[in-house]
Amino acid sequence: MLQIDLWKRVLIWAVCAFGLLMAMPNAFYERVEASNDAVAEIELGYTGNGLEEQAAMWPSWAPSSLVNLGLDLRGGAHLLAEVQVADVYEARITSMWPEIRDMLREERATIGTIRLQPSERDELRVKISKPEQIDRAASLVRGLARPVVSLTGAGQSDINVSVEGATIVVNLSEAEKLATDERTVQQALEIIRRRIDEVGTREPTIQRQGADRILIQVPGIGSAAELKDIIGTTAQLTFHPVIGRGTNKDANPGAGNEILPSLDEEGLYYTVESAPVVTGEELVDAQPAFDQNNTPAVSFRFNPTGARKFGNYTAENIGSPFAIVLDGEVVSAPVIQAHIPGGSGIITGRFSVEESTNLAVLLRAGALPAGLTFLEERTIGPELGQDSIDAGKIACIVAFMGVLVFMFLSYGTFGLFANIALILNVGLIFGLLSTIGATLTLPGIAGIVLTIGMAVDANVLVFERIREELKTAKGPARAIELGYEKALSAILDANITTFITAVILFAVGSGPVRGFAITLGLGILTSVFTAIYVTRLIIVIWYERRRPKTIEV
Amino acid sequence: MRLRLVPKDTKWDFFSRPLLWLGISGLLMVLALVSFSIQGLNFGIDFRGGTTIRTESAQEVVVSDYRKALIPLELGDVTITEVFDVNFEDNQYVTMIRIQAQEGQQSVTADVVRNVETALKAVAPDISFVSVESVGPKVSGELIQTAVIAVLLAIAAVLVYIWLRFEWQFALGAVAALVHDVVLTIGVFSELQIRFDLAIIAALLTIVGYSLNDTVVVFDRVRENLRKFKKLDLKAVLNLSINETLSRTVMTSVTTLLALISLFVLGGDVIRGFVFAMIWGVIVGTYSSIFVASAVLLKLGVKRDWSKPSNTGGNQFANIDA
Repeated sequence: MLQIDLWKRVLIWAVCAFGLLMAMPNAFYERVEASNDAVAEIELGYTGNGLEEQAAMWPSWAPSSLVNLGLDLRGGAHLLAEVQVADVYEARITSMWPEIRDMLREERATIGTIRLQPSERDELRVKISKPEQIDRAASLVRGLARPVVSLTGAGQSDINVSVEGATIVVNLSEAEKLATDERTVQQALEIIRRRIDEVGTREPTIQRQGADRILIQVPGIGSAAELKDIIGTTAQLTFHPVIGRGTNKDANPGAGNEILPSLDEEGLYYTVESAPVVTGEELVDAQPAFDQNNTPAVSFRFNPTGARKFGNYTAENIGSPFAIVLDGEVVSAPVIQAHIPGGSGIITGRFSVEESTNLAVLLRAGALPAGLTFLEERTIGPELGQDSIDAGKIACIVAFMGVLVFMFLSYGTFGLFANIALILNVGLIFGLLSTIGATLTLPGIAGIVLTIGMAVDANVLVFERIREELKTAKGPARAIELGYEKALSAILDANITTFITAVILFAVGSGPVRGFAITLGLGILTSVFTAIYVTRLIIVIWYERRRPKTIEV
Repeated sequence: MRLRLVPKDTKWDFFSRPLLWLGISGLLMVLALVSFSIQGLNFGIDFRGGTTIRTESAQEVVVSDYRKALIPLELGDVTITEVFDVNFEDNQYVTMIRIQAQEGQQSVTADVVRNVETALKAVAPDISFVSVESVGPKVSGELIQTAVIAVLLAIAAVLVYIWLRFEWQFALGAVAALVHDVVLTIGVFSELQIRFDLAIIAALLTIVGYSLNDTVVVFDRVRENLRKFKKLDLKAVLNLSINETLSRTVMTSVTTLLALISLFVLGGDVIRGFVFAMIWGVIVGTYSSIFVASAVLLKLGVKRDWSKPSNTGGNQFANIDA
């Protein structure tokens, strides 16, 4: 008859106690959060400023994981960026030109003069003056190909070289494009992370999404526009030889060259060689500084390779101008006065102090390998988030009270048992949410309220069944037992189907919807647990003490 | 004295006119589809791109003034609605401004938002933007796609599960009820022109889950009674099962509605549409599990030859105990 082994009883209570213990920090949210922050700071090596007292506000032995609040509750900015992976193809292929040019020049005797032809952005077309030697030239260029470095593309080379008449066409192979995409997105992710860390905000989420997208969520930041200023700038710094300057942006720059606008002077355009001498990738440091006229500037230092290239170039080109180009705009185009061997320099322009500081940060964190397009941006003010939390809290309490009263009116003592289980249930949901570090969103709160309403379902199924069994069964103990036994299949089927939808919602949904799926799914787990174990245990204990001859459900 | 929403031992005949109920449900579905195809849904920016701005001001809002202020910006289709909520303070006036996706842009630029702010400051100097959300057309297209996939996937998964646990007639009955609920919910959203955004998809899937929950409980009892009363005809078995589970059906619906209504009234305006969808879903879900799912089952008929032994009530879970 109604019997539950001691070890099962202990286990059931232990699970409940553990769940409630894990949920407890959430009841003291602000205090625990402040304490956690302080502990994190101390671990980083900071001391003083009352950090110790702040850390001691919550005992270190107590569980301290909290439910993360989603952006819609905490306020902050959300961006979905798409990395323009195709940008990189062009840079890659353009950077091959000097190498190809130098190699073919050495063979001038056999293949004749070479000339770069205008072409699509992601290919190089090189024409030679002795068409009969085209195969020889092409095979020379093929010799420059390197194997693709990636798991899927192994064994293939990075460039395709084909021949059209007297022209050699070079472009990136598909395998190389895929490998490049992968590298580009990884790199962009890393750079974005570094930039956000430089600014220093709490718990940012920076995630890759799909093939070429990056999701960035930063709580506590004022607006998405602010966030975009930090991560949206490519900060691609390059140094190019200058060919000429003028005011016509549509002039023909000649093959291998391009026309770039001046950053400060409107209407002024520079013609520069497309292939840069040195790029920002070879920077090791950048700091805000002032030039000799005391206007804000940015000083920089190259790594040894960069320094050597820069040194050689300046030594060979004394007297001619070179352009410092930032994101496709010429910041300045000074004339090389002397050989610059040390690999350090200074960028001047019409900067404000703030701009020069920002630029230094961006240059230090590194350039984004490609541009970003923002597909989605959301800013939620902290007040709105707080309003939502408050409203959600009140709604939860009212829903709770309503259901508790209603259950008691309908089922009397048994209703009270179900109510104890319901309270435990909500505690367990919070405990689970904190333990797995899930994020609570506004729809997530709705999920909890829905669970409050639906959690009693399993108990209702059992109680209704006990009522039915009381009509036929012999004695209350048998009725209770049969009630649980027969209601079980309905409880499981009904909850498994709902759980399936929660899982699908979690898999397909994003952001807030996912938060809803999590609380709904966890709510199903905890409500089934409390209904078939906890209430049953309570009823059994009650029955053992009272031994009632008749029961009313 | 216990509160009883349903009298003891009801013997109501739910299938005196099965065709009438199926007919009504069918008609409602047709109406929903007509409304959907004529008016269409009032898609939020999640699905059609664009920007929504939530403004807050201590001054009373005159929507037409706001609109006039925005006309010179030439932003295309702009809708301004004032928002009311019980939680607002007396001098808290909130509006939602929706701006269509701008041509050739993936999402609204900071400049546009700044211009809107400057323009509105002329009307209400203390206006502040408490939230700004902007979705580009590329993403919104994908969101529609994933949403549709999610709903279809959920229905398919459920179909398979019920088919495995019951018989295919049950699965069809349950899915008919699900489709009915989803269509009617979409119909209500298109008829009342309530904003349809990503959260509503979550609500739709919850409705699918809830309605199913209800249907499965009834079906579980039908399966049991089919074994218990081998001689009774299907209609009588269905009636018996529904009557037996009626008290539970009503209890659960009422507790869920209690919780949802408190959320609807007190939970703030941000999720009101979402909660509305769920309230509606609980009501049609309860209705459909009796009048659609069971009625379809009655029309399809079931195989009565239960070859499996039924000493445990015929399910593999019945031996689990606490």
